[in-house]
Amino acid sequence: MSIAPRIAVLVFPGSNDDRDAAWALGALGADAHLVWHAEDALPRDTAAVVLPGGFSYGDYLRCGAIARFAPVLDAVRELAAAGGPVLGICNGFQILCEAGLLPGVLRRNRDLDFVCRDVGVRVDRTDTLFTARCEPGQELTIPVKHGEGSWYAGDDLYEELEAAGQLVLRYAEDCNGSVGDVAGVCNEERNVFGLMPHPEHAVDPLLGSGDGALLLAALVDAARERTLALA
Amino acid sequence: MRVTVLIRPKQGILDPQGEAVQGSLRKLGFAVGGARVGRLVDLELDATTSEQARSEVERMCHELLANPLIESFEVEVTDA
Repeated sequence: MSIAPRIAVLVFPGSNDDRDAAWALGALGADAHLVWHAEDALPRDTAAVVLPGGFSYGDYLRCGAIARFAPVLDAVRELAAAGGPVLGICNGFQILCEAGLLPGVLRRNRDLDFVCRDVGVRVDRTDTLFTARCEPGQELTIPVKHGEGSWYAGDDLYEELEAAGQLVLRYAEDCNGSVGDVAGVCNEERNVFGLMPHPEHAVDPLLGSGDGALLLAALVDAARERTLALA
Repeated sequence: MRVTVLIRPKQGILDPQGEAVQGSLRKLGFAVGGARVGRLVDLELDATTSEQARSEVERMCHELLANPLIESFEVEVTDA
């Protein structure tokens, strides 16, 4: 019987997908713990962290701009610096960008609409621990629900990221005006990943798609490996 | 000392909010050729000189108030 690795799901004031994320990770074999933003440490033996979707701190100033000062973020930076997997979904992606853990920024959707529907996303890079269960070029169906998900990087940064293979997921068709139709990016070390689509809402065909489970199960795999390596 | 910070979408950066405002103003009959929507922050702080206030607020902009990837800012010391 394989072990259930501990994954911390952060909860900020205004998070609203925290329980869905914890439930999905639990269903995929993880020992998911909700961790309040004011904590200054992660639970013992935490092997990975998920920053969930929502509207942390009411999206004041800019989405994610305030959450990066949450006490628990120092512990997340430490885990990320030590190579631990960190996944940001939607608002979590915005927070990781504002915190400088991921490149670029999420802007207001080009057409000012709140997009809330299933979208096709293509896996361009399978050489990240988050996409290890996917085939190159595989198209996943995962829902999005955001008003500020248009990812932006200037030309120079974009080319740099493309060359380094950090543009991991792209929308199969234009969704919100993201540069290069980018839906998800990783850091240079490839252990921090953020995406606008919500894999935690697509873990069972009953919910319309089970494709999100490919990404989350890969995170659970990586967390399990890390737990065994650190034991 | 009172300091006002004006934060704008950078030149060349798409501003859909500004475009929507422009469209609405035109519908009202105003011949508006362009609109950009930004943010204004009024600050009060202890500083002995306006240069000191300005440099401190510029640091605030770099660290929190503006995102340099997409926003530019202008600092006005309004009450020395």
